[in-house]
Amino acid sequence: MLVNVLLLHPDDSVVTAIRDLAQGERLCAEALPSELCTRQPIPFGHKVAIHPIATGEHVIKYGASIGVATAEIAAGEHVHTHNLTSVRGDASR
Amino acid sequence: MNDTTFAGFVRPDGSVGVRNVVAVIPSCGCAQHVARMVATAVPGAALVDYTGGCGETSADLAVATQLLAQMGRHPNVIASLVISLGCEGLDARDLSARISQGWAPTELLVIQEMGGTRKTIARGIEIARTLAEGASANERRSCPASTLTVGLECGGSDATSGLAANPSLGVMADRLVAAGGRAILPETSELLGAEHILMDRAATPELAAQIERVVKACERELKATGEDMTGKQPSPGNIRGGLTTVEEKALGDVLKGGSTPVVDVLTYGQLPRRPGLSFMDTPGNDLASVTGLAAAGCQVIVFTTGRGNPMGNAIAPVLKVTGNPATYARMAEDMDVNAGEVVEGQATVAEMGERIWEIVLAVASGQQTAAERTGHQEFMMLRKGPLY
Repeated sequence: MLVNVLLLHPDDSVVTAIRDLAQGERLCAEALPSELCTRQPIPFGHKVAIHPIATGEHVIKYGASIGVATAEIAAGEHVHTHNLTSVRGDASR
Repeated sequence: MNDTTFAGFVRPDGSVGVRNVVAVIPSCGCAQHVARMVATAVPGAALVDYTGGCGETSADLAVATQLLAQMGRHPNVIASLVISLGCEGLDARDLSARISQGWAPTELLVIQEMGGTRKTIARGIEIARTLAEGASANERRSCPASTLTVGLECGGSDATSGLAANPSLGVMADRLVAAGGRAILPETSELLGAEHILMDRAATPELAAQIERVVKACERELKATGEDMTGKQPSPGNIRGGLTTVEEKALGDVLKGGSTPVVDVLTYGQLPRRPGLSFMDTPGNDLASVTGLAAAGCQVIVFTTGRGNPMGNAIAPVLKVTGNPATYARMAEDMDVNAGEVVEGQATVAEMGERIWEIVLAVASGQQTAAERTGHQEFMMLRKGPLY
């Protein structure tokens, strides 16, 4: 198995790409369950959801919240500013 | 405690320097040009590039005076030359007197009293040359690592900072603390969302409460501006590198503090009071943060950077660790350590942390950093109040 993403904590809902990933590429990491493929191209260092995340739900990385989802996120989807927002850094919250 | 050593310069007051710098310190922005011309002309001299000193609140002037005095008394500094204009708000004679309380010689030149730019530059170069000659009388001796204070900075972060460079730096911080040294973790605004990790490691409940107060105060200040922080924390470069929110950046950032208890909470530029890991309340701005670390007496600063920040400091060598293999390949001349090997599976975090520790000791023993080789000497004093 050639690892292409890193799962940093067992509670995490996202993994981080350690190389550029093509659309439809299978996610490979230790402790990553099932057959899961990317739904978009994922640049190096960017995040991919490993299970569905509901709007308003906290997104977990390093075992802690990195903000809340602003849209429904499917497993395999790119997670970034288009569907994840900060709680702590947002003046309106 | 262990017997790890490096080759440093033992000062008359018992502190240990890792460089012999003549600090040329303008006491206001109007003296900056003269100070720069002097520092540039004299080998071994460095410009402490202060540009405030006038039209500032008394609180800002007090902090600047105190921190510039600490720069003049830094273990890496063998002598100081303060260059004053003569009419500025910052009291240059007071600054000079405070530096004189240390062991190193201090001189003061006032441009208005000297009769202008050229005369002050000429006299300044003469003085700085004489002061720099004192460096040749110094010899490196074996010193315990417990005499080291090391700053833990990160800037120009990307996703690899939290994956590779910061956890590796955390291993280095643990080694330093185990050796009896002092590590300083700065950057309050980059702790939003990760403060619970430091609070859990606080040596006392009071320190945990203090960490929370400092971080909450920073958050209130940021939110009071009414601005959306996105695009500032994280910065546009952080976002391109895969970091989405300040919480995500913070959780990766806090790893550089390692795993030891937080023994103290320091104000901006405050001298550490005890061995171990201290948290310092500084902005996330890299120049202002590194300046605070240098003022606090860090002899060496380790700076992790995924995107590739080349900056240095006039007084303390700054060594660069990137966790991004592409950045290392692209900016090799600005980088000291390629922690990208961790991302590529060629080294473990523990191995990389050990390598950083060895390089910190080598830099403390005289090995030049990339930022020194390329001539970086950045400086920025934090100013909290308005400019009048």
